[in-house]
Amino acid sequence: MRRLFLALALALCLFAPTAVVAQDLQSILQTHADEVADPGRRSVGVVIDDLLAAGLPNAPDFLAAWQDRDIVRDTADGRFYRAGRTSDGQITLIDLDTGAGAMVPEDRVEEVRPNGGVRRVLGGALVRFRLSDPAPEVRREALTSIARRPDADQIEPLTQSIPDEPVAAIRAEKDRLRNILIARFGETTEARVEAIEGLGGTVSSDARAALSQILETEERVAATLPDDVNVARILTPGEDISRVEAYGRLVDEGLAPARVSDAALRDALIAAIEDGTVAGVPVETLDTDAARRDAYVTLAEAGEVPPFVTEEEVDAALTDHVFFAAYDEDDPAITDAARETLEAVDLRVGAAQTADLALDALSLASIYFLAAIGLAITFGVMGVINMAHGEFIMMGAYTGYVVQQFVPDYTLSLVIALPLAFLVAGAAGIAMERLVIRHLYHRPLETLLATFGISIALQQLAKNIFGTQARPLTAPGWLDGQWVLNELVGISYIRIAIFVLAALFLGLLLFILNRTRLGLEVRAVTQNPGMAASMGIDPDRINMATFGIGSGIAGIAGVAIGLYAQVTSEMGANYIVQSFMTVVVGGVGNVWGTLAGAGLIGVLQKLIESLNPSNTLAAQTYMILFIIVFIQFRPRGIVALRGRAAGD
Amino acid sequence: MAVSESLPLRPTPRPATAPSTWVFLGALAVFTLVVTVMASQGMISTAFVKTLGKTLCLMLAAVAMDVVWGYTGILSLGHMAFFGLGGYMIGMWLMYARTENIVAPALAQQPLPPTQDEIRDAIGSQIFGVVGSSDFPLVWMFSHSLVAQLALVVLVPGLLALVFGWLAFRSRVTGVYLSILTQAMTLALALYLFQNDSGLRGNNGLSGLQNIPGYEQVPQATISLWFLWASALALALGYLLFAWVVSGKMGSVLRAVRDDEARVRFLGYHVEGFKLFAFTLTAVVTGIAGALYYPQAGIINPAEIAPIASIYLAVWVAIGGRGRLYGAAIGAALVSLLSSWFTGGGAPDINLGVYTVQWTDWWLVLLGLSFVCVTLFAPKGIGGLVDLVQARRVPDRQGDYGPDKGAKRQEEGRE
Repeated sequence: MRRLFLALALALCLFAPTAVVAQDLQSILQTHADEVADPGRRSVGVVIDDLLAAGLPNAPDFLAAWQDRDIVRDTADGRFYRAGRTSDGQITLIDLDTGAGAMVPEDRVEEVRPNGGVRRVLGGALVRFRLSDPAPEVRREALTSIARRPDADQIEPLTQSIPDEPVAAIRAEKDRLRNILIARFGETTEARVEAIEGLGGTVSSDARAALSQILETEERVAATLPDDVNVARILTPGEDISRVEAYGRLVDEGLAPARVSDAALRDALIAAIEDGTVAGVPVETLDTDAARRDAYVTLAEAGEVPPFVTEEEVDAALTDHVFFAAYDEDDPAITDAARETLEAVDLRVGAAQTADLALDALSLASIYFLAAIGLAITFGVMGVINMAHGEFIMMGAYTGYVVQQFVPDYTLSLVIALPLAFLVAGAAGIAMERLVIRHLYHRPLETLLATFGISIALQQLAKNIFGTQARPLTAPGWLDGQWVLNELVGISYIRIAIFVLAALFLGLLLFILNRTRLGLEVRAVTQNPGMAASMGIDPDRINMATFGIGSGIAGIAGVAIGLYAQVTSEMGANYIVQSFMTVVVGGVGNVWGTLAGAGLIGVLQKLIESLNPSNTLAAQTYMILFIIVFIQFRPRGIVALRGRAAGD
Repeated sequence: MAVSESLPLRPTPRPATAPSTWVFLGALAVFTLVVTVMASQGMISTAFVKTLGKTLCLMLAAVAMDVVWGYTGILSLGHMAFFGLGGYMIGMWLMYARTENIVAPALAQQPLPPTQDEIRDAIGSQIFGVVGSSDFPLVWMFSHSLVAQLALVVLVPGLLALVFGWLAFRSRVTGVYLSILTQAMTLALALYLFQNDSGLRGNNGLSGLQNIPGYEQVPQATISLWFLWASALALALGYLLFAWVVSGKMGSVLRAVRDDEARVRFLGYHVEGFKLFAFTLTAVVTGIAGALYYPQAGIINPAEIAPIASIYLAVWVAIGGRGRLYGAAIGAALVSLLSSWFTGGGAPDINLGVYTVQWTDWWLVLLGLSFVCVTLFAPKGIGGLVDLVQARRVPDRQGDYGPDKGAKRQEEGRE
């Protein structure tokens, strides 16, 4: 696209008589035609300098083509072209300035073939072009490509481009990258040590990679410790490396005879089978290791196979040699500096990872809080476990999905979906309370089972209506992406939104419970339904309202969860056990308790996950075990109601 | 109560003589006989015999569940974990021995006769290749021995129940909390087993369990009958055991714990001990039921231990009728057979004109709703129908909402 535009602009220039003074690429090349056609490492510098000085926009493309051996010369007029497609002995020549193509016979052109040295120079020049490109994106791109394939040749162009860099952030990035390059490829020890120390302030992964590359070691073995290596540490067999491994290394180096492995033993025996016997022993009896060893020893005594290596011989060989790890880098000053810097960096990385973990835990906790708070309210006020709570979460999520089918604007649909999900799930909750739970108030275990019946019915119903495959609930564009603090610490905007939502509902619930008439009545019924009833509060109405609010919040939680996870008919079931845990750990009937429970479980889950990141299943297992043990010590949860309010 | 006053004082009747026990055992014997005859005549398929055998195992688990829930009042939502563990324990031996029978002849073809270690390594790589490993994990330590694994069928569920129950009852976790906690236990176990490095082949589970080592030549039709008999025997013995447990003083204490735990404690009973006994004993029996179930099912994987399975167990008991052993058995048989009939496509679709109700899709909705209805309108479950028949013979003393009001309380009280 850009090339097309340039071609157009150039074509315009050609027609405009005043623009003729502008130098084009071809004329510069013609000035140095010999150097271009047969480039040498030294001579090519002149061409590049001129190109740089002219500042032509298509120069980088030309350099890239040149480097890729795509440039040809037309022997008829000596002009240079980019080679196009070949067919039937004809080749398309593409004009370097206009981009116009022309077909000529293939034998009329000669290829320009820069050698390896020249191509490296060209590559450096290309980097320099890109590094001083007027467009910041191109400069960033160039930096990324350097970081991906660091190379000693890039130090020079990078250093040159730094003073003219107008954007501060890019300049800092260039400085950092230069440090990394010098640290690895610098010429003098002082320069490298200085660069290494300069890397101490960052936590970026490429800086750490550079440092650990400097610190790469090779494990070696020798009769005595050589003087000319930069020893990282001495390895003691049996402690730092296993004896088997150490001896294996000796064998690999040809410093000791190989032990007879089980496989070798077997092969030797098989090879020695004669008339159903091995060294006089019948084959049938060789079905134990001891019998096989005996047979082998007999063979070895006959000199047919190498003898066993005894443990004493192994011991002697191990003590006679020294095992050590040596740095690939020979200069101890550099490795020392790198090690110290890496330690400092690791400390910062650890801190950053902890911060990241804390953010993750916070967002997980807010999800658990949203999912569990509705359950906690109904459980606290009515002593009723609602197994269908997860299905109210699912209902909310599907409400969001359905709204998105009708309202294509994601922001607007979210604004509609949140209250609608509250209403739908809340209405379902009230219906359930009126039809089922009301009749089971004094039978909590049966409530649990009845609501479970509702739960499987609702789940299957959702499956019948929406199908089994996951439905997407797309977040609006402004919730995409991450809030990045640095390379290690980041949190997606959706999770921040969920956190805000959770905080909002925490505030709202606290307000309702502590500052409104309804809240007063809810608290009264929680503490003593009989007394509340005699004070003129209708417990029936309060129960209904509580159930409505609790289920409604589950609906909202469903929308929130649907935004980052898929909406399926089983999504509620996935959260229900965690929600129970949150309620049980936190303590029943208390908003703060649920908050504490969600916090504890969120932090704990992330903590265990971080100890063994590959295995989230194990993390959940251990967390549940922890909760079982936790219940031992605080059977009523973290925030337990005391006194009369505690009921039984 | 004129009727009871006219009776002389007599010891509490042994439960084995209670009419319902004999009726149940008789029905079970007749059922087994009929199935055996029908199967040997080829009137019912091997697959159906297996289904019936599995149903008997589920009935045993349900009876155990009834003791722990209906009699002791502990709504355990984790008993299927013990069921699954029993299955895993026997499955380990089945898989090991069968693989050995396959691997050993192959190794014997080699020039040198194989050592024990070589055979074991070959079995290991055969079994664990699917999870990218070839070594036997520690839990397979005894898998070569049928006796040891049979002992583990009893020991592993028993110990787990003992430890878990001790922890839970000691800290006086009761009611809904305990249910949630047991659910957490089974979830933790399922999640653990789902991992590939759990040593039990992760979500692949153990498979090929229907092949009984040493009896490869025997057709599945015969084996399925053997297992049916074994399951029926286990159910009969289990039923007798529990009928004995829930009768007499022991049964009275258990029911008292269910009805008012605090009061029993104040009367000087060690409530935790009784609960722990009921919990552990039922776990062991459930484990045995599982060990008989999975060879008939042929495969076991961690999904079988998921919390939902244990909830279904509670549903069967509730539908059948809590607090009476035959109720639980009937509930388990009825619901699990109906469930396989509906989900297996056996039930005809209903064409409503605008919409065709396909039972594979709607069965769970029906089950859920009918379960709600049973809880609401018939808390005694199907077993409650028996009361309608006996209503005149056993006076309703309390009019309470307990599932097995009446029973023998009056006589117990006089004792």
